[in-house]
Parts: sequence; C-alpha cells; structure tokens
Amino acid sequence: MHELNFIVLLAGVVAGAAPLVFAVLGETLTEKAGVINLSLDGTLLLSAMVAFAVTFETGSLLLGFGAAALTGAAVAAVVGVAGIFLGQSQLAVGFVLTLMCRDLAYFLGNPFARLHGPQVLPLPVPFLNELPVLGPILFHQNLLVYLNFLLIGLVWFYMYGTRWGLELRAVGEHPQAAYARGINVRRLQMLYVLAGGALVGVAGAAFSLCTKPGWGRPQGAEGMGWIALAIVIFGGWHPVKVACGAYLFAWLQMMGISFQNQWPSIPAQVFQVAPFPLMIFVLLLMHFSQKRAVEQWAEKHPWSLPLIRFFHGTAPASLGQPARKRLGS
Amino acid sequence: MVIEFQDIHKHYGASVANRGISFRVEPGRIHGILGENGAGKSTLMKILSGYTVKTSGRILFDGRPVEYGTPAAALDLGIGMLYQEPLDFLPLTVLENFMLGQASGFLQSRAYYERKLEEWCRQLGFQLNPGLPVGKLTLGERQQLELLRFLTLGVDVLILDEPTTGISPVQKEVLFEALKRLASQGKTLLIVSHKLEDVEALCDRVTVLCDGAVAGNLDAPFDTEQVLGMMFGTPPAPPPRCTASLGSTVLSFEEVSATGGRAGLTRGSASFRRGEVVGLAGLEGSGQGPFLRLAAGLEEPLGGLIRLGERVMNGLDPLEFRRSGVTFLPTARLEEGLVPGLTLSEHFALAFHDRTFVIPWNEVTSWTEKRIDRFRIRGRADSPVESLSGGNQQRILLSLVPEAPIVLLLEQPTRGLDLESARWFWQQLQGLCANGTTILFSSAELDEILRVSHRVLVFYNGSIVLNVKTDETDFNQLGRAIAGKV
Repeated sequence: MHELNFIVLLAGVVAGAAPLVFAVLGETLTEKAGVINLSLDGTLLLSAMVAFAVTFETGSLLLGFGAAALTGAAVAAVVGVAGIFLGQSQLAVGFVLTLMCRDLAYFLGNPFARLHGPQVLPLPVPFLNELPVLGPILFHQNLLVYLNFLLIGLVWFYMYGTRWGLELRAVGEHPQAAYARGINVRRLQMLYVLAGGALVGVAGAAFSLCTKPGWGRPQGAEGMGWIALAIVIFGGWHPVKVACGAYLFAWLQMMGISFQNQWPSIPAQVFQVAPFPLMIFVLLLMHFSQKRAVEQWAEKHPWSLPLIRFFHGTAPASLGQPARKRLGS
Repeated sequence: MVIEFQDIHKHYGASVANRGISFRVEPGRIHGILGENGAGKSTLMKILSGYTVKTSGRILFDGRPVEYGTPAAALDLGIGMLYQEPLDFLPLTVLENFMLGQASGFLQSRAYYERKLEEWCRQLGFQLNPGLPVGKLTLGERQQLELLRFLTLGVDVLILDEPTTGISPVQKEVLFEALKRLASQGKTLLIVSHKLEDVEALCDRVTVLCDGAVAGNLDAPFDTEQVLGMMFGTPPAPPPRCTASLGSTVLSFEEVSATGGRAGLTRGSASFRRGEVVGLAGLEGSGQGPFLRLAAGLEEPLGGLIRLGERVMNGLDPLEFRRSGVTFLPTARLEEGLVPGLTLSEHFALAFHDRTFVIPWNEVTSWTEKRIDRFRIRGRADSPVESLSGGNQQRILLSLVPEAPIVLLLEQPTRGLDLESARWFWQQLQGLCANGTTILFSSAELDEILRVSHRVLVFYNGSIVLNVKTDETDFNQLGRAIAGKV
C-alpha cells in the first residue's frame, strides 16, 4: 500500500510538471541567447485560453496546441522586436506584456469559462508501461510527458553538441565577439525568442488541455510563469538542470497536497503557498554553493564536488542588455 | 598581400579620427603603426578589419579596390584583427572558442578541431589546454588562442592592437617569436602600439600617426629620437624625480597578510615616509594589488598591523582611511574609480559636497569648470565620464584627489597612457609630493619606476622580496627579483 502511494505520487509529479518543463526549456533557450522574456506569466494564460477556445470550437487538439504556440511566439515577438531591434528595455516591455496578456486572456476567454472541452488523454507506451515501478511512473502518461522527455534531451544535445547550439551560447555571452565571427546576432536572438515563446505557448496549452483542464477565473496556471522564470535561474540556464527544477517544484506541490490530507488541521493555504518560499530557499542554497568558503571545504571533501558543481550556474553575460544599434563600434 | 590605404577619412559626428591617411603595407613584413592615444591608429585598424566603415577613401588589396563593412566580410578577404581585449567567450572552453565561427557542419567534429588546435600550438610553441574554460586563461593565452583561430581561418593579414599590454615578459617573447615566424611565411602583420621598445624589437617598418594623419614612415633600424619627434613634435623630457626631503614615517605595514588577487599578501612589512615616492614592481598579480587595497582600507588584513602615523587602522572602513588622508586611484578606471553614467560635475559633487543635503549645482558646476581647466581635461562639466578617453579619465581621477592627501595610492597609473600624458601625470604628482604627500604606485614598466621613485618594493608570489633605494639598484637586479631570484 505504502509503495503504491509512492508510485502514484511520483507519477503525479511527472505529469504535473509537464507544462512547466515546456515553459522552462523555452525560457532557457531565450535567455541563453541573451534576451529575457519576462512576459511568461501572461503568455501562459493567454495561450492556455487560446488553446482551450480553439480546441473547443474545432474539436482538434492539434489545432489548439498550434494556436497556442503561435500565440506564445507572437507575444515573444513583441519583446524581441522592442528589445533587439528597437533597443528598448526587455524587462519593462516584458512586464507590461505580462499584465496585458493576463487581462486579455480573461476578457477574451470569458465566453469559454467553465465549459467542458476536449482533453489530452493518457497514452500508455506498450510493453514499457509494464516495467515495475518505472512503468507506471514514466510510461503510463500522456503524449505531452513523452514529448517532455524527448525535448529535454533534444535541447541539451542541441545546445552542447551542435554548432548552432554553440553559436546560441556565444550570442548570449558576448554579442560583439559573436558579430566579429560572422554570426548574425540579431537574427539568432530573434529566432530563439520566437522559439522560446512558442514553447511557452505549448506550455500554456498543456495547462488548459491537460494538467488543469478547462478555462475559468482564476486559471490554475496563474503564477506559474513567475515560477518558471525563477526555475531558469535555479537551473543555471542548463536545460537538464532547469528540467530538474521543474520536477522539484511539481514535487513540492504534490507534497503539499498529500500533507494536507495527513494534517487537515493546518489551513490549506499553507500547503498551497509552501512551494514558493521553498523555491527561494533552494535558490539560496545554490548561491551558497558558489561561496569561496564552501568551495574550499569541497576541495577537501572530493565526494561533494559533483553535487556542488551541479548547483553552479552563471547567467549569460549579456542577458537582458538592450542591443546596441550597431554592434561593436 | 599588398595593402594600400588611399586618402582614408573617418569622421565621428563632428570629431575627425582619420584625416587623409595614405600608405602601403608590404607582405611578409611586420609593419608597426605607432602613435599616441587618440592619434587615429585604432580607428584606422577598425576600418581595415571591417568593424567600422570609413567616411571616404579607398583600400586596395594587391592593387584591387575592395569594399566591405563587416568583420565577417573582412575575414573572407583574409583579414583578422586581434583586439587588446580579445573578443572571446569566457565560460566556453578553449576548444569551443576555437571552433566558433569556423565553417563546420551542424554536428561538430570536436576531434578534428582538437587535432587542428594541437597542430597549430606545436607549430608556434603555445601551450593551451582545449578543455579549460577561457575565463581561466591569462590574457596572453587568450591572445594566443585568438591568433591560432585566425591562422586556421587562413588569414593573410593579421592586425594586433597593443598586443603586449597586460601580458608577461615570457609570453611576450613567445608571441614575438611566433609573429616573426608568421612573417617569414609570407603573412602581413600590422602591430598597433604606443610602446617604442616593442616596435623597435619587432617591426621592419613603421608608420607614425599623429593627430589623425601620417607623420612619416621609417624603416628599421629606427632612430628613437626621430620616431619620438614624429609622434609628439618635440620629444618630451622624462619626468624628473621629486627632490623634496623625506619626513617622518606616515604609513607602515607590520607582517601583514591578506587574501585577494592571485597570490594574496604574505607577511609583508614596509614603512613609508612623508614625501616619499615608492614604486611597487612585480609581475601582475604578485601582491601589489592587495597591498595597495590594504593601504586604502578596501581589504581587511588577516593578520599583522597597518598603521597610519601612530594609529592602528586594522578593521576600519575605507571612509575612515579616506578621512585620514589616504586616497586610492585604481587601475580599472571605469569599473572602480569612476561611476559610468554620471557627469563630471556629478562626480565632483559626489566627492566633495557631503555637507549639505541639497547640492548647490551652480557652485559645483563653476568649480568643476575650474578643475577641468586646471587639469586640462578634454570634456565638459555635463559630459558623462565614459565618453572621455582613457587619458582624460585618468585626469579626472587625479582631479578628484583632495587638495593635500597624506598618502596617495596609485595602481598602474600610467597604463594605457601615451608618453605625453604620462609625463604630464607625473608632473602633477610631483607637485603633490613636494608638498609632503607620500606616493605609492605599482607599475609594469621598470623604466618608469627607476625614473621617478625613491625606493622600490619588488613583489613575488605575494611576498615582498626586495626593498631597496632606487639609487642602490639597477635594472638587472630588479628584473631578477621580479622573477623570484633574489
């Protein structure tokens, strides 16, 4: 009985993290290219609404996801054009977009509130789902979760194994130097802003069509955008670590739910809010690992090195800086 | 490849950087571009490397006129430029930096590039670890990496901007060897510098620029007097040593240890007298930086005593040091010394007006203008500091020093300054010293230290290995001490 609980819990974590994984991977791509898309929270809501509305009207999940991805890319395009080509503050534009998209989502989505629409259904992988323990956790899920797994590996390989990925990292690190090496900096940045935005859009669709199905006010995805932004920092802009962060957050949320069942006397709000301060605590831990004293201690205790190195992560050096008119001169 | 500049002009708004520059560069030779700061050398090289676009004029390669406007296009034509601060990516590894920008497929063949890197390293006598992040390399090694990268790209023309600034003497030797070998293989090398000794040691031919125009062309061997005459009109006299008599001890270090810099400081003892000028010699990162910062109160000693007069200063904050008459001028002018984004008058207000809550702007502005005049700063009261040239930024820093400091600490004060500016700078300092200010300065130039200071401290690996009067030592003894052989 106990073991079963454990498996159900982990399966819930993997399923619950699915939208967040899309969002953090998208934002990682964007930020790795040196652009911050702060509009994540609004984008998630708007694309969630669009996905639900389109799917409800057409009955096609695929169209829903596609429309959501386009919505995400469109919002990101505003940040991209303003930040990269017009040299405006990415943070200011992103923040205003957050608020605007949120209000837009609730206003336009009003006719679709509290309706029952189509959902993404579970799709167990034959044979693999019969594995003990791992089967029910990893392979008795829906297609989105499998796409998650695929995407984590793909983004990681792209960033660290291919020439384009190397160029992506170079652009966010030192745009002038990248320009000197014949890389079209602005085009690449715009490309990754759009790609990142599209992934965030897919994340929004994953919320309204799967994880927290339906549309209403407040939508369950509210606040997730901010968490995704924090997780990208927490994961040190590394796709695998960032995905781990998403799973950690989903786990904290699941723990909240199961603790609530065990201690009904504690107000439910405590468990709902708990993951957020815990996330901050983890961020602190991560910075703690970069302290000199900790590094010195770690040198004497070699076993701890991989762990400490895991928490290491530095921001792309040119992150968030408005692009200059002419790079270089 | 023969490069020919024909009547190159470059205007930045109203200011003119190049006014009608014409000369020829022959292949297989090392061609020096010499001139003081602001003479237009860097602008001309940026035009050649495609980083800026010229206003008018023609560039000919092997007699054919060429037009291009990006570094990538210049690379395609076979021209690469190595900047003073290399344009590389610190968190990426040596190998990744090497591969970036080289034509290769979607999936990279790391092994192929690693072999290539190794091959070039062997050929030029460099030692680079392909797996190390570039951030862990010294400036000299980063320079070597850039050089290799350009060679693999097959450039014919290499431009090096102040290649010897900030690298160790050993690295300089390795670099010079490599450059000579490349020239003998038929590459065209252009070296931009304001250091005469480097140009004399390396170049076959020199073009001297002065005020945006060509002052003359010279072939090796060079007549130093003639070159200086072209650079400055009349050769500047070296600044004399301050002759004020020395007073009582104003600052002392007793067995002081600290962290910071590459080597920290280990049990350093020394004392300094009123009106004394002391040069701190040593390779970069040997302990001079922490020493100066300890004296300025910016770093706290782990052990030992720092006294200012009779007072023990351990544990006091930098403001208390400043109030007691200690002033520190860091080498990173824009990072540590000045506040980018603030104007000149705002800097003066920040430094001197701490009594009133409301800033009397009229007063500050007129005062600023007086200082601008006195320190011959090329800028206005309302220009932001970052818009000024390095030499002018140094003048601002000096003008921010209170009237009569007791101790003035200078970190590489003349680094990046041309001879004329450096001479002017020392003239001002000697005025202070004659009034009893004690001056401690670090410098990478032994010549400068021997010329202006009363005493020299040599740092090696965080220790003071030599403490000697300038009159009782010479270039050779100091050189050996710097290398750790006392």
